[in-house]
Amino acid sequence: MDFQVVVLAGGTSKKLVPLVSKEVPKALLPVANRPVLSYVLEQLELSNIKDLIVVVEGADAALCVGGWISAAYVDRLHVEVATVPEDVGTAGALRAIAHHLTAKDVLVVSGDLVSDVPPGAVTAAHRRHDAVVTAMICSVPVSGLSEAGSSGAKDKTKKPGRYNIIGMDPTKQFLLHIATGAELEKDTRIRKSILRAVGQMDIRADLMDAHMYAFNRSVLQEVLDQKDKFQSLKQDVLPYLVRSQLKSEILINGAPQGQQAKENGNDKVSYRILANASTPSFHELYALGPNGSAPVRRTHKCCVYIASNSKYCVRLNSIQAFMDINRDVIGEANHLSGYNFSAQNNIIHPSAELGSKTTVGPHCMLGEGSQMGDKCSVKRSVIGRHCRIGSNVKVVNSVVMNHVTIGDGCSIQGSVICSNAQLQERVALKDCQVGLGYVVSAGCEYKGESLARKEK
Amino acid sequence: MGAQKKRAAAAAAAARVSEDPDDLARQPLQAILLADSFTTKFRPITLERPKVLLPLVNVPMINYTLAWLEAAGVAEVFVFCCAHSKQVIDYLENSEWFSQPNFTVKTIESHNIISAGDALRLIYEQNVIHGDFVLISGDTVSNMSLTQALQEHKERKKKDNNAVMTMIIKKSKPSPITRQSRLGTDELFMAIDPNTKQLLYYEDKADHSKGTICLDKMLLAENPSISLHNDKQDCYIDICSPEVLSLFTDNFDYQHLRRHFVKGLLLDDIMGYKIFTHEIHSSYAARIDNYRSYDIVSKDIIQRWTYPYVPDVKFCGNRATKLERRGMYRALEIEQSRSAQVGSFTVIGYGTKIGSNSKISDSVIGEGCTIGSNVLIEGSYIWDNVIIEDGCELRHVIVCDGVIMKAGAVLKPGVVLSFKVVIGERFVVPAYSKVSLLQQPTVHDSDEELEYADNSSGTVEFSSIQGTADQSNGEMTSESSEAHKPKLGTGGVGYIWSICEGGQEEEWRHSVAPIPEDKLTELSEAMDDDQELVTQDRTALSTSGELISDSNASEGDDNEDSKDDSVYFEKEVEATFLRAVEENVKVDHVILEVNSLRLSYNMTSADCAGAVFYSMMKLAIKTPHSSASELQQNTANIITTWQKLLKSYLLEIDEEIEIILKFEEMCLESAKEFSPLFARILHILYDKDILQEDAILRWADEKEGADESDKVFVRQSEKFIQWLREASEEED
Repeated sequence: MDFQVVVLAGGTSKKLVPLVSKEVPKALLPVANRPVLSYVLEQLELSNIKDLIVVVEGADAALCVGGWISAAYVDRLHVEVATVPEDVGTAGALRAIAHHLTAKDVLVVSGDLVSDVPPGAVTAAHRRHDAVVTAMICSVPVSGLSEAGSSGAKDKTKKPGRYNIIGMDPTKQFLLHIATGAELEKDTRIRKSILRAVGQMDIRADLMDAHMYAFNRSVLQEVLDQKDKFQSLKQDVLPYLVRSQLKSEILINGAPQGQQAKENGNDKVSYRILANASTPSFHELYALGPNGSAPVRRTHKCCVYIASNSKYCVRLNSIQAFMDINRDVIGEANHLSGYNFSAQNNIIHPSAELGSKTTVGPHCMLGEGSQMGDKCSVKRSVIGRHCRIGSNVKVVNSVVMNHVTIGDGCSIQGSVICSNAQLQERVALKDCQVGLGYVVSAGCEYKGESLARKEK
Repeated sequence: MGAQKKRAAAAAAAARVSEDPDDLARQPLQAILLADSFTTKFRPITLERPKVLLPLVNVPMINYTLAWLEAAGVAEVFVFCCAHSKQVIDYLENSEWFSQPNFTVKTIESHNIISAGDALRLIYEQNVIHGDFVLISGDTVSNMSLTQALQEHKERKKKDNNAVMTMIIKKSKPSPITRQSRLGTDELFMAIDPNTKQLLYYEDKADHSKGTICLDKMLLAENPSISLHNDKQDCYIDICSPEVLSLFTDNFDYQHLRRHFVKGLLLDDIMGYKIFTHEIHSSYAARIDNYRSYDIVSKDIIQRWTYPYVPDVKFCGNRATKLERRGMYRALEIEQSRSAQVGSFTVIGYGTKIGSNSKISDSVIGEGCTIGSNVLIEGSYIWDNVIIEDGCELRHVIVCDGVIMKAGAVLKPGVVLSFKVVIGERFVVPAYSKVSLLQQPTVHDSDEELEYADNSSGTVEFSSIQGTADQSNGEMTSESSEAHKPKLGTGGVGYIWSICEGGQEEEWRHSVAPIPEDKLTELSEAMDDDQELVTQDRTALSTSGELISDSNASEGDDNEDSKDDSVYFEKEVEATFLRAVEENVKVDHVILEVNSLRLSYNMTSADCAGAVFYSMMKLAIKTPHSSASELQQNTANIITTWQKLLKSYLLEIDEEIEIILKFEEMCLESAKEFSPLFARILHILYDKDILQEDAILRWADEKEGADESDKVFVRQSEKFIQWLREASEEED
């Protein structure tokens, strides 16, 4: 496959503080005791994509990520880790590594995507239409807890959020309109010209951009070169390409499309044949103009690949998403975790020790070498490696990372406890995040708070 | 022939039988047929004959509509006649429609009605509609079965009492050229919920200057999935619940069915009435709205899309006609010379004579016409008893009854000859001309027809200017009929109607003539320009920065709009207020009126407060006064009298601040006289409990960081503010 894959692993996202830190960049946040990046890499590996570039923001984070990748995938993947400065945005990151890109098409995947949608399907859709860009979109995840739980944020999250407004043609192959971010708050404006060209447009507010794109490399580089203000692929580059699709300003390979056919020779011919096999898309009809003779307008195609509803596809870009993904990966979407679940529908590492009368419910995970005292109860939670948990501890709907010490009589609900944190006796946490190495003193009760060490 | 008639009858019967028998028994289906389109698109023909009686492939249009209604299982039709109502009623009385079993036709006549809205209000008053009804105008051709649409409508109605109307839509054949409906109507944009088929947005009088469609954000919040359509055509067949009539009565300003009623319902979120759509796929439905659709629908009939309503099937009073090869229909007793060539898709009426070497193709020729030799007729519609002498040429024209064309006359594409016009020898009628025996009216007789389209206003004023400007005729004026005769050649009778300037542009869009080549390129270029504009400002933006600036720009637009709105709103409030003062209206009533204004302009109560205050101050300044102190006194009086009105909008502190800001603005701009009195009047407002001290202090705080120039009035009222501050501290 003439595809290069770029994984944008990000750096230390501010949204995820206090879960992330210099030592634990976003890409290494554990989902079911595995770094989130591993989910993307595994999917790529399944699609037989072995060469990839992982782009990390910030030198420290790059070091961590690079270290982890070389240890975990030493003989399986050929990974190049590139470092870019922080806050350059996704478009900036690609701009910075442009010299590495040589293939005809580039697949750009966000490193925080937890999904079982095969990347190969996206690239195939891209190739089929000879598109300039193909974006994968998926249903908006239902965040919050599905069953009656104790989440305080439940009321807010009941209604699925809106991330994008996406306009597609009736065959759901072409992307005609996309609105993101601040545009969602305003009335949607749809251009009549494109509507005239396509006749019917389906507008969906219940889909979102999953941040997996296939780009035509030369187009991408041209756009990045010319529009040096573009910062984000999602908010600048993709909307720009979608907007200009009927009035293309892009010269593919530096020459108008017609000439390109000659230059590319065989390649192009095979695409033509493919294209002719199906009925011409509206782009081609539109390009032909009223006389139906030579193309008078330059167009390019923006395609979509819609992940089916049965597929799992969520981005880890908020604390809520982090909790949701952890819950889903050991719950409904447990095929993603790569573990074998026991008869009780949970995973307890053989080396873990449980005290008497301690119960670990279904949809739970207990990592290697962790110890639990007597009369504990764990429901719908992930507990990492080498944790020490005292007696009479309740852990519900929570994520406990590695090397955490939890004293007797603690109660933890809907919270995240980062590595090396320590909870002394009788701590009660509800909807809290406890940062790396933080110590919660005995008897404290917190609700909906973010506890972390002060940064030096 | 007989067999075919039976088939048609059987088809009709089948349609009727397939109706749910219970439903029908309970409530016979009624229909309202508007025998007047309330437009002027078919002038000058419609000055002499109502549109519904114009022959469409040699059968008056209304017969197609009535025949379909009968077949679709409608039991009772109310034909609403307005323009030329006598002719319509006479025709119906002499037709077989009044003697059909199980199908009653009743006429309702009125002369002072100028819109569909008025017509429906009148029908409501007559109280004849008892259940669901079909609303249709008498120029609609269809062969669809209503069963399914009706059932859907009823089921929806059962579940949701607000589902008052089902609109029939059809995928339009995209014209490769205009990319719009090929019927010559305006571009139509609709938004439909793909699951429930609810209509969410309707824009037919498309504003070409706007390159975008604006969907309200609430719309998307409520419906996660919406289909936007540019490829559908409105068939103008509506299934309505009886509420529709009362809605027209409630909203006395609804005139046009689509532009007012449909849009009104879509925008109105208080009552929550809903309109749904029903799409037909294999059957036919189209309305004849202009000459182009007349042409297209005629062709569809000839090509049998409208079966069983085709010339060779007798459905109502049409003469026996035989279908021959290549879509040629011929009535009986035609005298045709051996050398005459009659081409494909042509209909020749009863008793027509065609001379030698004449060529006719893609045309409809009426009854009793006499066509000489060497005549060329292409894509034209010739009605009854027309005499065309030797050597005439007609391309894409409409020729009404009794017209005489002298030898060698030529009609250019798009010409319409009204009744009994005579065209002189070798005269060439220029393209798109409309010729009538009647002079172009110089005033609208709104009794007959009224065009709501914007371009109508100018239809007539230009006649004299055009007359003199006509190069070929020199200084002839349009008033003298003598001078006019040469316009149509020697022996010609009739007036060439001038085309208004706005109309000229649009003429090719609605005309029977195919769209000329240059217009096509123009059109596609216009589309490109559209694009250019869009991309241009995009590129401008993208150089200046990201999308944020884009959103700002469009926000600017919005502001512009709302600014306009608020200006109008202010004016309206002022007018209301002044009237209240003059007529001594009770304060409660004024509050009611301002509230209704507020709802219709979608303003906040802060806007109302501002506007009311503005009008009060305006009144104060208008009251005669000689000195500043007198002005102050006036103001105080007015504030005292109307404080209740003002207070009803001061719900929160924000509104009070709005008043202060408004006052400041007035002092700076429109009413500088107040500026020296600012502090004093502020004090009055405080004394009257209109402003609370919190509001004033907050205003002062807000102004703290402002420019020096902005702080003039804060300075002025410094003492007062100081005093307020101290007072509140003391209280503490």
